[in-house]
Amino acid sequence: MHGRPRKPATEGDSLVVEAKIEKLRTLQKQLLHNHRNRIYTKDALEISSNLLEINPEVYTAWNYRKLAVESMIVDLKDDEELIKSLVTGELRIVELALRRNPKSYGAWHHRKWVLQRNILPADFHHEFRLLDGLLKLDSRNFHGWNYRRFVAALKNVSEEDELKFMTDKIEANFSNYSAWHNRSVLLSQMLKNKDRDSHVKENVLEEEFELVHQAIFTDPDDQSGWFYYLWLLDQTTSHSPSLISLWPTNGSNIILSNNVNTNDQISETISDYARLNGTLPIVLCFNQPVKGINSSTVSVQSSFTVNKYLTWKPLANGNTDEACYWMTCLKLPKRKSDVCTSYSVEVTLDHCHGGIVSSSYSELNGSYKFNFTLDIKYTDLEALDNNLFTEMFVWEDENSHKRITLAPEIICRTSLEQLQLTITPEPAEASKWCRETLSNEVSLFRELLSEMDCKIAKLTVARLLVVLDALPSNEQKKVHTEEVLKLYDDLMKSDHQHVRYYKDERSLVLIDQITCDKELLTRHCSRNTTFQNQVYLHLNSLSLSRIGFMERLLWVHMLDLSHNELNSIEGIEAMQLLCCLSLRGNRISSFTALGPLKLLPSLKALDLSYNEIGSHPIDTTRYLCESPLSHSTAKEVATNHWEAVLLFQDLQLIQLDITGNAIANQEFLTMLVKILPTLTWIDGTVVSH
Amino acid sequence: MVDADLISSSSIVIDPSTFDLVVVGTGLPTSLIAAASAANKKSVLHIDPHTFYGSHSSSVSPTQLTTLFSSVEIQGTVPEPSGRFLLDVSGPRVMYCADPMVDVMLRSGASRHVDFKSLDGNLIYWDGKLCNVPDSREGIFKDKNLGLTEKSLMMKFLKLVKGYVASGGADDRNGISEEDLELPFVNFLEKQRLPKKIRSIILYAIAMALYDQDNTYGDDDCGRLIKTKNGLQRLALYSSSLGRFPNATGAFIYPIYGQGELPQAFCRCAAVKGAIYVLRMSLANLLISKDGREFEGVRLGSGQDIFCKQLVVDSSITIPSSVFPDKSDDPIMPKDSNLEKIGSISKVTGKVARMICITRHSVKPGLSNLLVFFPPKSLHNEQMTTIWALQLDHSLAFCPSEMFVIYLSTPCQNDVKGKEYLCAAADALFSHVDRVQVDEPIILWSAAFVHELKQVSSDKFTSCPAFDSSFDYQDMLEKTIKSFQKMYPEEAFFPENTANEEKDEEDS
Repeated sequence: MHGRPRKPATEGDSLVVEAKIEKLRTLQKQLLHNHRNRIYTKDALEISSNLLEINPEVYTAWNYRKLAVESMIVDLKDDEELIKSLVTGELRIVELALRRNPKSYGAWHHRKWVLQRNILPADFHHEFRLLDGLLKLDSRNFHGWNYRRFVAALKNVSEEDELKFMTDKIEANFSNYSAWHNRSVLLSQMLKNKDRDSHVKENVLEEEFELVHQAIFTDPDDQSGWFYYLWLLDQTTSHSPSLISLWPTNGSNIILSNNVNTNDQISETISDYARLNGTLPIVLCFNQPVKGINSSTVSVQSSFTVNKYLTWKPLANGNTDEACYWMTCLKLPKRKSDVCTSYSVEVTLDHCHGGIVSSSYSELNGSYKFNFTLDIKYTDLEALDNNLFTEMFVWEDENSHKRITLAPEIICRTSLEQLQLTITPEPAEASKWCRETLSNEVSLFRELLSEMDCKIAKLTVARLLVVLDALPSNEQKKVHTEEVLKLYDDLMKSDHQHVRYYKDERSLVLIDQITCDKELLTRHCSRNTTFQNQVYLHLNSLSLSRIGFMERLLWVHMLDLSHNELNSIEGIEAMQLLCCLSLRGNRISSFTALGPLKLLPSLKALDLSYNEIGSHPIDTTRYLCESPLSHSTAKEVATNHWEAVLLFQDLQLIQLDITGNAIANQEFLTMLVKILPTLTWIDGTVVSH
Repeated sequence: MVDADLISSSSIVIDPSTFDLVVVGTGLPTSLIAAASAANKKSVLHIDPHTFYGSHSSSVSPTQLTTLFSSVEIQGTVPEPSGRFLLDVSGPRVMYCADPMVDVMLRSGASRHVDFKSLDGNLIYWDGKLCNVPDSREGIFKDKNLGLTEKSLMMKFLKLVKGYVASGGADDRNGISEEDLELPFVNFLEKQRLPKKIRSIILYAIAMALYDQDNTYGDDDCGRLIKTKNGLQRLALYSSSLGRFPNATGAFIYPIYGQGELPQAFCRCAAVKGAIYVLRMSLANLLISKDGREFEGVRLGSGQDIFCKQLVVDSSITIPSSVFPDKSDDPIMPKDSNLEKIGSISKVTGKVARMICITRHSVKPGLSNLLVFFPPKSLHNEQMTTIWALQLDHSLAFCPSEMFVIYLSTPCQNDVKGKEYLCAAADALFSHVDRVQVDEPIILWSAAFVHELKQVSSDKFTSCPAFDSSFDYQDMLEKTIKSFQKMYPEEAFFPENTANEEKDEEDS
């Protein structure tokens, strides 16, 4: 039961307890004796039932009874009367045990066993009456709800009847989250079974919205309704996985060269052949984690070589087979004598049964096909030396405020619809319904907010507006960004407990705003004079605590995230071309938080200065990551700094700035130099290996 | 207990002839005093001129009704079996589950003699429709008539009240200030920005306001305008009533076999403690000392003189004129004694129009035992009072099965107007005979009468008002306890251990 204080034990209690212990010991001893010797007499069974009545947690006793039942059924043969009394006896003992402890796993399991054993047809009337009584006593006894699902399935109760029962329970107390939860489970099944008729689903969801509104508006401080509401929103907006971005972009022309003349017409698609190690990354971004990306689901046809068995790699840390971002390395053709050669590459994602699926096994929403061309300037490749990092990368670029023009290849909100060959029909009506539903929700909660201050309603409006803005529409601009930012600002002021969450959400909105609008994005870009005059993206000093929408920044080589409030850089692994990254002046507190960097093979220069690495004795993210014990390939683990070793041994950094972190003492720097043989500069000085 | 029906009361001689207390009239207040006094070891003689217990708190047959009131307007005929009908004389009146009366019944042991049933629904007449009164969290959740924002506002207000009750008074933290408590409740509700519909629901269907709260009554409003303090108290009582008894569905319970069971239960309690009961016994005269100052006893209708220290008279009992003869040679009677002369004043303090209807179908399909509130002006622009209606079915043993008895009442100043409003309310509830569908309720029988509320004050005896115009037992109980304490300042009104036997809450 919930909310009942425990009574302190009194003097008299201890005597009672002692007597009870004595009795239990005797019974237990007798039970074990009978169990061992397979004695299933009436008296022996009586002992086990006496024991279970006092202590239903003795699992051995339940198992003993199961064996006894099996053995007696054989003995009783066809004597229906006796078999009946045997079964009812078992059910009765469970009831007695449940009276002692309504949450006894052993007792519930025994009852399920008896029913499943199907010795006699179950008396469903009795079972449901028992459940009604139990749920009246404690409407949130999850054993009861589990058992109800079990019995309902056994009896084949219609979903409509069960739904009616949920409605009654919710009407009796709409804070009963168990009932809401069961409702969502049931409806998920029902919606799946109802073919794919979107109208049926829409009607059902509309009714559910209506119901949950009653709960939310009656008591906006009660969580149960809101939890259900989140599930409902998910049902409303959820769709099958789709490709949202890729690199190289469709129809683009990639120029591979080592020597970029600063006076040339500059293209963002220029890449450095040497740095690529003779391979070209292809990156696919999906709107949700997917699995099943391999050479049979994605085919890559190029005019230079048949890359039949390309290995696709999920861009995620740890042992996972699903990710939002996937990449493969296309082997570039061997050098030829030609001056400049053009190759074309075509990539096809097949929509086939059981191919590319999300974690909930919904299939990719269609097939995709895209192509690009590769221009390799072999003349330049003569000077194949490492001319890139001949001098140190200058983080603070004097051009950072100069406006530049971005190449037309950079598409902010990739419209991939044109790439799709076949699309699972998601009719315009459905998306119209979704838009209308969400807009309606927004106006409802705005009305609620006009009457009272409610943080979860505010948060919901913000979330809804973000989802609305993200829906495909004719407008490219985000119309609600300012309102959403203001909502998060309000929330941060009024609800200090969750300020970090709000800050994260706010950061995402901000990045969304900047990256989806080319005009705005241009204002954050400059040409880096020291580094081949390439585009340097500045997302610095924006108070970001989290990054996102990296799928729109796949083309970026140089990224400045300095002077934000980042404590995580999750998502950066999508930027496979990234070679210079500044995280100066953030709140990175451990090397484990930098894990995504391990997935960036091109990264050469990294500025970690003035973070909080080593300031916090307890690294709360550590348990999420691999440890030296789980990592068999770790070379000579420096016991104090194994996180640093695990991070840096996979990187080929040439330049690293780490000053201004608690951890960066001389000893640490020495160790870094040792594990980073490629390192040329550390904290602005030349490394002597 | 003496079974009055078998013995001719005029010939009965009561022995002993000296009592601590004589009580006349077996209405609920007088029965309470009799039981409380007997519980305090007083010797009590309780008489009633009627042939039944309860006076104006009783439940009677349709024919008995006419004997209690002078002008009862009857329409239609009582459907057969007419003998199965039992009508509450002063209905509708309901008991909160958390009513102080419930506690008195438990303390006194009277609860063992009465069974209760809870009412299924509360309805309010709004915009020409009967709507559920959303009175609880679940009620608001389920309600189909309130808008979403209205639901939040109403729930927010209920939470405010809950916080106020929990903290035990006005507090800056719970958002109710000391000044707020003195405001008229209606203004406080406006201050909480509650829309009109919710204000009406709270005022008339939950706080049970009798009079139009949007009206001004001047300085002498006689409590017609509810103050915030009292309004909040009523809301607190209401909400603590919800869920007090696990098998009660709403805030109210009703005695099975009718209100008449309540005085009878207390009379039984008194009899158990030694009180003597005689029905069909009237009060003939007061015995006053020769100097005309001291009260010494009573002369009964049988002619027997009973000496007693205290006398309690139900104000509904018409004291026969012979009690106060203008001239008398009787030495013990004061000369020229009449009501004024012995310091007694009788006045009519108010009127309540009542109507009882019998029908074959519930006024709200799906619900049997229900309350309907008609807020002021909901039926008529000049309607200044709330009209209450209470429908009960056979499960309360009032009527044969598949029949319903509906009680309506409203306070009134003018008999004609009062009855007119009740008829308007009945019109709204019932279908008309000429265009009735199969399952619609029509009135088979109705009785309308006006109940005069009398207040008698005297320095020789205690007068208990029979009943008031309110809808519950609170005021009546409060006044009765006051009277008792005036008589016996040292004694407790049912001490905690009066019902020393098992104290079970078998209330519903």
